[in-house]
Amino acid sequence: MAALLRISGVSKHFGGFTALDGVSLEVAQGERFGLIGPNGSGKTTLINCISGALRNESGSIVFDGEELSRLPAYKRTRKGVARSFQIPRPFRSMSVLENLLVAFEYVGHLKDAQSEGLAREILRGMGLADKAAASTTQLSQVELRKLELARAMAARPKLLISDEAMAGLSGAEVDEVLKILFGLNEQGITIIMIEHIMQAVMRFSQRVVCLDAGRIIAEGTPQAIVQNSDVQRAYLGA
Amino acid sequence: MRAHGIYWIAVAVLFAAALGAALAPVNEYFFYAAFVVLQFVVLATAWNILGGYAGYVNFGTGAFFAIGAYTATVLFKWLGAPLAVQIAAGAAMSGLLGFGVGLLTLRLRGIFFAIATVAVTFICETLMINWRYVGGATGLQLERPPVLEPFETYTRMLFVVMALLALGAVSIARYVQVSWIGRGLRAIRDTEEAAEASGVPTLRLKLFACTLSGALMGAAGAPMPMYLSFIEPASSFSLNYSINALAMPMIGGTAHWIGPVVGALLLASTQQIVTVTISNELNVMVVGVLLVLFVVLAPDGIVGLFKRWLRSSA
Amino acid sequence: MFFSWDLLAEAVMFGVLLGSFYAAVSIGLSVSFGLLDVPNVAHPAVMVFGSYCTFVLAGWGLDPILAGLVLMVPFFVLGVLIYRFYYEAFEKRGTDAAVRGLAFFFGVAFIIEVGLILAFGVDQRLVQAEYIGSSLALGDYRIPYRMLVAFGVALLLTFSLSLYLSRSYIGRAIKAVAQDEPALRLMAADPVRIKQWAFGIATGVSALAGAMLIVVGPVEPALDRAYIGRTFCVVVLAGLGSMTGTLAAGLILGIAEQIVLIFFGASWAPAVAFGLLLVVLGIRPQGLFGR
Repeated sequence: MAALLRISGVSKHFGGFTALDGVSLEVAQGERFGLIGPNGSGKTTLINCISGALRNESGSIVFDGEELSRLPAYKRTRKGVARSFQIPRPFRSMSVLENLLVAFEYVGHLKDAQSEGLAREILRGMGLADKAAASTTQLSQVELRKLELARAMAARPKLLISDEAMAGLSGAEVDEVLKILFGLNEQGITIIMIEHIMQAVMRFSQRVVCLDAGRIIAEGTPQAIVQNSDVQRAYLGA
Repeated sequence: MRAHGIYWIAVAVLFAAALGAALAPVNEYFFYAAFVVLQFVVLATAWNILGGYAGYVNFGTGAFFAIGAYTATVLFKWLGAPLAVQIAAGAAMSGLLGFGVGLLTLRLRGIFFAIATVAVTFICETLMINWRYVGGATGLQLERPPVLEPFETYTRMLFVVMALLALGAVSIARYVQVSWIGRGLRAIRDTEEAAEASGVPTLRLKLFACTLSGALMGAAGAPMPMYLSFIEPASSFSLNYSINALAMPMIGGTAHWIGPVVGALLLASTQQIVTVTISNELNVMVVGVLLVLFVVLAPDGIVGLFKRWLRSSA
Repeated sequence: MFFSWDLLAEAVMFGVLLGSFYAAVSIGLSVSFGLLDVPNVAHPAVMVFGSYCTFVLAGWGLDPILAGLVLMVPFFVLGVLIYRFYYEAFEKRGTDAAVRGLAFFFGVAFIIEVGLILAFGVDQRLVQAEYIGSSLALGDYRIPYRMLVAFGVALLLTFSLSLYLSRSYIGRAIKAVAQDEPALRLMAADPVRIKQWAFGIATGVSALAGAMLIVVGPVEPALDRAYIGRTFCVVVLAGLGSMTGTLAAGLILGIAEQIVLIFFGASWAPAVAFGLLLVVLGIRPQGLFGR
């Protein structure tokens, strides 16, 4: 399968602190890709560099044949890269439905009349259809996570990055979100999942990469990663 | 579409009323006071486009207002330009100023933009104080051109002009609010990072709002030299404009275009009435206290309180 | 404009004296805005309020610098109360609070300024002391003693606060809160109490800064506006959160201002701070030593 996303030698520093140190990886079209690593290993920084929330200082990020490093975040979304936020950040002044309409308007350039139906469909797929008119302040934690994914989907992405969408959720809720992600992948969307919940990553991913202190320390199938001694040391030791 | 129709009918009616008043035997003082009130309607509305809709606070309305006034002065003194040209030029210069400040600081956090507007006020005031052509620190006297038919006095004509500007500014703010631009600005105000991730070109929209806001403030300031027959830095760059332009929308309500109008009409009218009876400082102190009270206790402003009252009695 | 090396040397010398003063005046803001991220645009206004309090105390016979030291305690309490109020009303409530927080502090600054006008009038006020009025002769230069006093106090203040923040338990907790609040919470320290304490210190320091301000020259209610420029210029130029940077940035501003004052005249000097601030924001917003 062709590589949809190719990251080469990406580095990012904050003052004297090195968050990413020459990270290189590839994600194939339609793949289910897992990204793990202990806290502070640079996972969210990497995601921010891919989505454009941060600029990488060196290296290249090629998506669907195009170099992304110079582009502002909104342009990357329009090219097909969408992400959810680790801590949900809904548009509080808008209803659940309107939260999605923003992306339909600005990415898809669709008027409300056209996009409302599509937005409701996405909400239906997430199990949020009855909350369409609700204010985001009324949503439960798992509903907020789903809204994050729904909003990302409203941008009609080719690549969806799910940033710890399941943190703090119950077992049943994790299953719910996992089912949604599987469903999206079946529609042809490439998914990068960042998670701490190992059983979710293992069930979902076809390939997993482990980051530690800004560097990739292991790459392979879920089974191989779990047995990798470097990975075990990163999580448990030092 | 019915709402649009009602709005434009109201605009036409209001303009006709203003015109009618100007031609009627109404007390001259009314026009002096009403001019100032309408000026604040424009300033408050302009402020709200960036402050209320996008969430970027401007502390330096005085600068944009004064640059409008000084641009008008220069054009009048140099070319004898008519009022319409003065206003257009004032709007253009202040719009440019807004664009410049925005370009410099809207990439950064909101507080840096706010401080930059204070900086701009200070710097522009210093520049005008040192510019002999416009009178420097002592100011410049200006002679009004003869008033146009059918108005009796120049002040009455200015009143109608300001009424037109106010209706125009509010209409523009209304359009921005309900359009796709408004939604993007609201997304920026709610969560800028998520807005960007949803495809909103945040910098561009912010720059647009900032430029538009500055331009409207400049338009409000341009008739000032003709109104006073005089211009000087201290009163043109007065902190009064900056605090009022911020307080009126925050007290009236920032989410809807009617908030700044309500805030301006209430506060400016009260100040006009009260200035005659108590000191100017106490007057302006009240604005500051009301601002703090509303910001803490009623963040959605008068409009917000009204909406809540409607909902609870329904 | 007339250039001479003597004039330049004079500009640098006074710039260093004044610059250290600016640094001391800005340290409170470095803590409240740089470390605690509170958009405290009322900081200069509180400082000017401190100047007027010093004026009142000096009128009762107290030495101005001593008055400043005495005022540090009630101002500390004031700072704690302000932060507490700000936290309850805004910080706790989330994202919309940014606009409201800014509007709040702007309103407070405004109320202080107008309140001072109502209480004291717009005329300038100054204080008397032994060291105000006479100068030290150093070769061809005359350095006013009051500048030296302010310089001395400023250096002492800057160094002791820097030391406090880096050595004491509370000081390091304050720095920790600035960098990683969740981690601090896990260590069972209450971030709100720490921030409160820090804001109190910042405000207490403002009282002493206010005393220095009225020693260095006459004050008037509108002075807070000029100092918004100076303090934010120093804090931004230093880099948010950098204490040592504050001194360097203060010196740079002081020298720049004196050079403009001596070679271009007094009417341009107040705009230097604001101009420098805009330049820094445009070119290198993280400042010299910023994170």
